[in-house]
Amino acid sequence: MLLRYTIRRILWTIPTLLVVSLLAFLIIQAPPGDFVTALTAALLESGDDVDIDQLNALRERYGLDQSVWVQYWKWISQVLIAGDFGISFEWRAPVSDLIWERMGLSVLLATATVLFTWSLALPIGIYSAVKKYTIGDYVVTTIGFFGLATPNFLLALILMYVAVVHFGTDVSGLFSIEYQNAPWSWAKFVDLLEHLWIPVIILGTSSTASIIRVMRANLLDELHRPYVVTGRAKGLSETRLLLRYPVRIALNPFVSTIGWVFPQIISGSVIVSVVLSLPTAGPLFLTALKSQDMYLAGSFVLLLSVLAVLGMLISDILLAIIDPRIRFK
Amino acid sequence: MANASTDDPTLAPGAPADAQDLATASQWRLMWLSFRKHRLAVFGGVVVLILYFIAAFAEFIAPFDPHKFNSRSVYHPPQMLRFVDVGEDGGWAIRPHVRAMKLVRDPETLAANYEPDPETKIYVRFFGKGDPYELWGLFPMERHLIAPVNAGDRFFLLGADRLGRDVLSRTIAGTRLSMSIGLVGVALSLVIGLILGGVSGYFGGRIDALIQRVIEVMIALPTIPLWMGLSAAMPADWSVVTRYFAITVILSLVGWTELARVVRGRFLSLRTEDFVVAARLDGTSQTRVIFRHIMPSIFSHIITAVSLAIPAMILAETALSFLGLGLLPPAISWGALLFEAQNIRSIVAGPWLFAPGILVLIAVLAFNFLGDGLRDAADPYATVER
Repeated sequence: MLLRYTIRRILWTIPTLLVVSLLAFLIIQAPPGDFVTALTAALLESGDDVDIDQLNALRERYGLDQSVWVQYWKWISQVLIAGDFGISFEWRAPVSDLIWERMGLSVLLATATVLFTWSLALPIGIYSAVKKYTIGDYVVTTIGFFGLATPNFLLALILMYVAVVHFGTDVSGLFSIEYQNAPWSWAKFVDLLEHLWIPVIILGTSSTASIIRVMRANLLDELHRPYVVTGRAKGLSETRLLLRYPVRIALNPFVSTIGWVFPQIISGSVIVSVVLSLPTAGPLFLTALKSQDMYLAGSFVLLLSVLAVLGMLISDILLAIIDPRIRFK
Repeated sequence: MANASTDDPTLAPGAPADAQDLATASQWRLMWLSFRKHRLAVFGGVVVLILYFIAAFAEFIAPFDPHKFNSRSVYHPPQMLRFVDVGEDGGWAIRPHVRAMKLVRDPETLAANYEPDPETKIYVRFFGKGDPYELWGLFPMERHLIAPVNAGDRFFLLGADRLGRDVLSRTIAGTRLSMSIGLVGVALSLVIGLILGGVSGYFGGRIDALIQRVIEVMIALPTIPLWMGLSAAMPADWSVVTRYFAITVILSLVGWTELARVVRGRFLSLRTEDFVVAARLDGTSQTRVIFRHIMPSIFSHIITAVSLAIPAMILAETALSFLGLGLLPPAISWGALLFEAQNIRSIVAGPWLFAPGILVLIAVLAFNFLGDGLRDAADPYATVER
């Protein structure tokens, strides 16, 4: 039964991915003009030689003279067959050369944020539920509300301001200057970790707040169930009773959301990355959008959408494993 | 609840009027009674009302024209509004004023600095005459809530920005666009969400499956990049008004899915309720079943969903404008104002540029408190535990 559900769910993913990729393409296609025209203009402006043949070859290669559907087909088939996402006219380089390292850093940032958020929020949520209506609970709830209401980028700005004015340091970026263009090494990795914690805290605040609230509510629902009373009556110690049964059930929703947390954090990190000028995919995406560098921007939307669709797939399968009722629907 | 005894329909004649009401009170009245007990929610509601009041009368409440610049007041620090005025002879009177600041240039670096000027006081007056404006573009007026007594004077309760414009006036002016964009955007997504969610839940079957797939795809698209992509696709030469409506459309394009889900869920569960089935068996038309019998029951849920969707829209607009993709100057919204505070140099020069951000925070918090309270009040099965 589980296998059948899984197969059906995977099959459903294919049309979804198709529609999502088409939408991603249409969005970046929306601005008038094509990138070869823009490239020609840029070349003329900078006084470079314009090689008409080469430009025509580009036009031919991406089907720019033809309908949107042909363009989409030429683009997506190359992505699937050769992993070729097209070229970025602004960087004059293939998109795949530009995007992977930055996407890698984005995923790393997201992973660190998820780890930070969960290791902080889950215990606090449990505490808040067990000690309901105590001062500690109220403090946590209030902080949680503020965490939810503060836009990430505002938090980033405030932290930057405090760091510059009161500590005289610059907290932007992910690397020290000497490592910025250096090849990967252990020292560079350590340097990265030293810089990573600030964006992690900024990105983690709002999700920490919401996880605390959800965990608190979930656990409160479970704490008065008969099985808890039974456990207590049988003489289990409070901590053991709590962690073994109600907490395990209250954790279910989080396990099942693990799939789409990553794409969500990556797309949420775009704005913070711009503010803190992190070398992740976000700022690259923003400049690509502003300069209508369509293949670069489109590839980013496509990658994120694919991540999100796969994430939902993983979530649904996990949920089906945890909760048998779903498989039979 | 204090009036728990009202389950008994035969109330003693001496029972408090309140309790008698409760037994026969309408759904709305019950909601109101329950809502009133939620103090934080009432507080949030009041703050929301105040914000919309400010948004409605922004030109009157702002002390100056938000577009007026002045090179003499670049990054002018905030001044405090004082009421007690101590004269030279030691006597005092209540005369609202601020202490003036002098622009001094560092002789070596020529950097601008402001020093208190103990000699000059700028007197202000409530409901005085100031910069002329047209309220709602209709009524030419010059009265402001606070205005300087001497027409030429300027004061900066929240400082000035890099062009010497009054941050307080700009923040107040931004309230209008930021607060209304949430309303308009939600209204739009509500229309889409109600129709699609209602159709999906009421008819079920194939239509339901189709709409559900559409929602799934919409949810799979990463929100922020989607918004950014669509906003970037807007031509830069669009007018403020066109951009404003384009943004609300973009925001509601994503926002409707959540509302559609809420509505669908309610329709699904209500469809088989006895009173709906009875109405249908009586030969009531479909339109009437939907609007007369089902809609009133889900109204409270819709209000709750709306009050929680508005802050999300406000945050989204702020983020887009902050990135320079949403509303662009000369339009004034909180996000467009924060765009000025984007680089570290300007926030070090004028930390008061964060002021619009604080207002975003207040607005979002107020809406969340209000929404939480409404959700509890709208739920007839909620156990009163607070």
